Amino acid sequence: MTSEPAHMNPARSFQGLILTLQRYWAEQGCVIMQPYDMEMGAGTFHPATTLRALGPKPWRAAYVQPSRRPKDGRYGENPNRLQHYYQFQVILKPNPPNIQDLYVKSLEAIGIDTGIHDIRFVEDDWESPTLGAWGLGWECWCDGMEVSQFTYFQQVAGFEVAPVAGELTYGLERLAMYLQGVESIYDLNFNGLEGDKKVTYGDVFLQAEQEYSRHNFEYADTEMLFRHFRDAEAACRKYLEDGEPKPGSNDSRHLMALPAYDQCIKASHVFNLLDARGVISVTERQSYILRVRELAKACGAAWLKTEGGGASA
Amino acid sequence: MPDLLLELFSEEIPARMQRRAAEDLKKLVTDALVERGFVYEGAQAFATPRRLTLNIVGLPVKGQDVREERKGPRVGAPEAAVQGFLKGAGLTSLDQAKIETDPKKGEFYVAIIEKPGLPTQDVLAEILPQIIKTFPWPKSMRSGAASTEPGALRWVRPLQSIVCTFGPETEEPEVVRFQVDGIVAGDITYGHRFMAPGPIRVKRFDDYVVALERAKVVLDADRRKDIILHDAKDLAFAQGLELVEDEGLLEEVAGLVEWPVVLMGSFDETFLGIPPEVIRTTIRANQKCFVLRDPRTDKLANKFLLTSNLIAKDGGKTIVGGNERVVRARLSDAKFFWETDQKTKLEDRLEKLKSIVFHEKLGTQYERVERIAALAKELAPIVGAEPALAERAARLAKADLVTEMVGEFPELQGLMGRYYATLQGEDLSVAAAIEEHYKPLGPSDRVPTDPVSVAVALADKIDTLVGFWAIDEKPTGSKDPYALRRAALGVIRLALENDFRLGLADVFVRHLSKDTIEFKTKFVDTPEGLSAGEKFATFPERMKASISEDLLSFFADRLKVYLRDQGARHDLIDAVFALEGQDDLLMIVRRVEALGRFLDTEDGTNLLAGFRRAANILRIEEKKDGKAYDGEPNRELIHERGLPEEKVLFEVLEAASRHAREHVSKEDFEGAMKALAELRPAVDAFFDKVTVNAEDPALRENRLKLLNAIREATRSVADFSRIEG
Repeated sequence: MTSEPAHMNPARSFQGLILTLQRYWAEQGCVIMQPYDMEMGAGTFHPATTLRALGPKPWRAAYVQPSRRPKDGRYGENPNRLQHYYQFQVILKPNPPNIQDLYVKSLEAIGIDTGIHDIRFVEDDWESPTLGAWGLGWECWCDGMEVSQFTYFQQVAGFEVAPVAGELTYGLERLAMYLQGVESIYDLNFNGLEGDKKVTYGDVFLQAEQEYSRHNFEYADTEMLFRHFRDAEAACRKYLEDGEPKPGSNDSRHLMALPAYDQCIKASHVFNLLDARGVISVTERQSYILRVRELAKACGAAWLKTEGGGASA
Repeated sequence: MPDLLLELFSEEIPARMQRRAAEDLKKLVTDALVERGFVYEGAQAFATPRRLTLNIVGLPVKGQDVREERKGPRVGAPEAAVQGFLKGAGLTSLDQAKIETDPKKGEFYVAIIEKPGLPTQDVLAEILPQIIKTFPWPKSMRSGAASTEPGALRWVRPLQSIVCTFGPETEEPEVVRFQVDGIVAGDITYGHRFMAPGPIRVKRFDDYVVALERAKVVLDADRRKDIILHDAKDLAFAQGLELVEDEGLLEEVAGLVEWPVVLMGSFDETFLGIPPEVIRTTIRANQKCFVLRDPRTDKLANKFLLTSNLIAKDGGKTIVGGNERVVRARLSDAKFFWETDQKTKLEDRLEKLKSIVFHEKLGTQYERVERIAALAKELAPIVGAEPALAERAARLAKADLVTEMVGEFPELQGLMGRYYATLQGEDLSVAAAIEEHYKPLGPSDRVPTDPVSVAVALADKIDTLVGFWAIDEKPTGSKDPYALRRAALGVIRLALENDFRLGLADVFVRHLSKDTIEFKTKFVDTPEGLSAGEKFATFPERMKASISEDLLSFFADRLKVYLRDQGARHDLIDAVFALEGQDDLLMIVRRVEALGRFLDTEDGTNLLAGFRRAANILRIEEKKDGKAYDGEPNRELIHERGLPEEKVLFEVLEAASRHAREHVSKEDFEGAMKALAELRPAVDAFFDKVTVNAEDPALRENRLKLLNAIREATRSVADFSRIEG
């Protein structure tokens, strides 16, 4: 680590933090993936987590996932809240017996000295109604600040996760703010350079936060979104049906679980946008969540009939 | 005598589950031992965030020997029977069996089976895995590669290792051999996650505790609490401040650390402009830190105490800095909420309540507020409040639910409403009522006394009860999701402790008639044929009455529970409730009290005896004749042919009943009882001189009717037949 140039130091550079975590988890045998190319509310939605958690096959992956929470937009005016931020996601299936130690060592890798920082695992059970998923775990605290979520997946898409997968999610901006000692997300040093070569988080994302906040709360075309929701829902169902093994075929595997799941992700994000626009009433809200969950469950069932889900011909 | 040491070492156990888990472990293991005939001298259980530990002292080395005699077939029985007997008793030949003689059966075989007691260790090795596998965690999980196996271990978080040793104090204890899901019990534990993570070999409880202490683990939660409390007070004192004690937080924090180190942090003084409850709630809920008070001003200080789990190499500087950062961010949020909320008046928030569903069948919070406001106004004169103020308070009472602050900290509901109401210049009783209308929240919570608060508190609870009764969502058994029992108890305490009268039945029926309650209940489908969307106003009167009656009997049960807790005799409560139309809580209680006092007097005891005698005779005769003697006695017959005592009783009965009724109508129960006492000499004389079962059937019937009149007279104050003892 000492050989790293200063601008790669995770305590000085946002991208240095990402690269350090990637390198660390790569050394633990993880596949380092790139973000999924769709809008989603959290890294958990990435098929590398949701779908790969299901089925008997071992799986280890780590990736950054840009996460969109339309309702959290603050027009770039709140130093702690964003409608688009980065999560660093790690999934280990089955969870190794030393997964907690691995996590603690990842903190050490990014420069958190456990001899002076107070690291704590505080009860926090996780549940995603839209994904039909739950697990037990903790919020991981560093000096009173939540820096990660740690979950042992018990169920995803309504199916038992067996073997159990361990999921780690680092809130990168918050972690970086602590490491860099800045009070506003927008002041984060993104590239670790100084002077006129320095690029801040604000340089990269402030304009986007302002524009998307306008979009999310005021201008997003709700009629189109309602239509997109229905379309995504219908497409998901269609692909699931089309992908079913053909009668008479000697291959009983499902053929289109992944494309169908993309539509589930889309429906979920469109719902979040509609929710931010305030056009979904309290009672309707529940029914939309249920509709997305039904899609997620059907996709999970289809995935379990694919090779990735452990099915054989 | 040998001791058992058991430690179940895991990843972090939620703080709120630790104490209970330790108790469960102790109970399960000791119960299982006792069930197998093992006695022990003592048992103690402990919990830290990472371990459950059980220490049982004074166990026997092995179980008790068991000797059993098993009767077999008679001598000379068929071979098959003999073989079956030998096999069942575990014998190889008949030589090993005894022959006994019985006068009836003749000679037969008896096998003596001697089972030596099993070594305690073997028994432990059998019961412990079972207990671990079925441990009653409130929530549990599978983990790791083994989680695919059917019947895989479920633990609160992954179980890492097990220590289990057994042996006498004087010798090297042995490891009890068992395993659970591949985790083999041994004698190795681990210290503090960061300060002493290495393996530690332990023998028995004494050295185990010492070794843990050396490895920066305080095993006993109560000791951790003492350390935190003591250190917190010391740190506060050194700054001239006082700790704001918080037992719930202390218990939780002690469950978050194995080695508590209390540190002090501070925040900017400008945050002290936020209400102290908000500061405390923020710091407590999010950061699990204690706040401090300045004893000179009795106000919060800009300091807080955190409990870390580390003796930090830099003396805690970094930890304090990190925590201060988070506290600062949290208080900034709170300050922002506090300032933003003040920009909107409470009444302007009501519109937003329309989007909050209170209950699917009972409409939105907005509709609920409308109902409560109407009811509070109606009840105001009864409790001595200004109706306009009660209505205003009720209208604003739920407005803070849509403030930013309550959105973030729901536990501040009411309190924030009071702050904002005061700031916008509301009448002080209106502001107070906004906070107090939720009270009392339980049997020990304070009951509001300001009339405006009382009116709104009553309206809030009665609306809840009537609403849920109307849609038939009543508490059943242990299920009471809407806390309706608590609401009823609240009404009871409000009425009794503030000493006002309230005819509940009337209030219920009138509230059911308000057209603001939306009616979407299951009654819609009843043959009465109400269409969906029809309002309560169209509720048939009969249905209103039956809902009200049912709700009243629920109140009767709650009142009984309440009065029993206050030490009242349950039979006296029954005696009063057995009367018709008892719906005024205060009057019921007054009557019960008066009855209790009356029965303590000689007059009371004698009257009760007379009543019982009359009732007994009546019961027997009415049963014999198959008819009730409940008519008026025949006045002429008494005058013409009655005995003097009969005549006197007749006159006195009339007078005493009238007096008693008069007193009751003036709610003077004491007086009513005294009036009844007038009966006593006449009743005594009647039983002394008059034969009830006279030869003449007309006289007999009339005398029985006189006895019935005694029974009836007492009913003006209570149903004496319910009185015991």
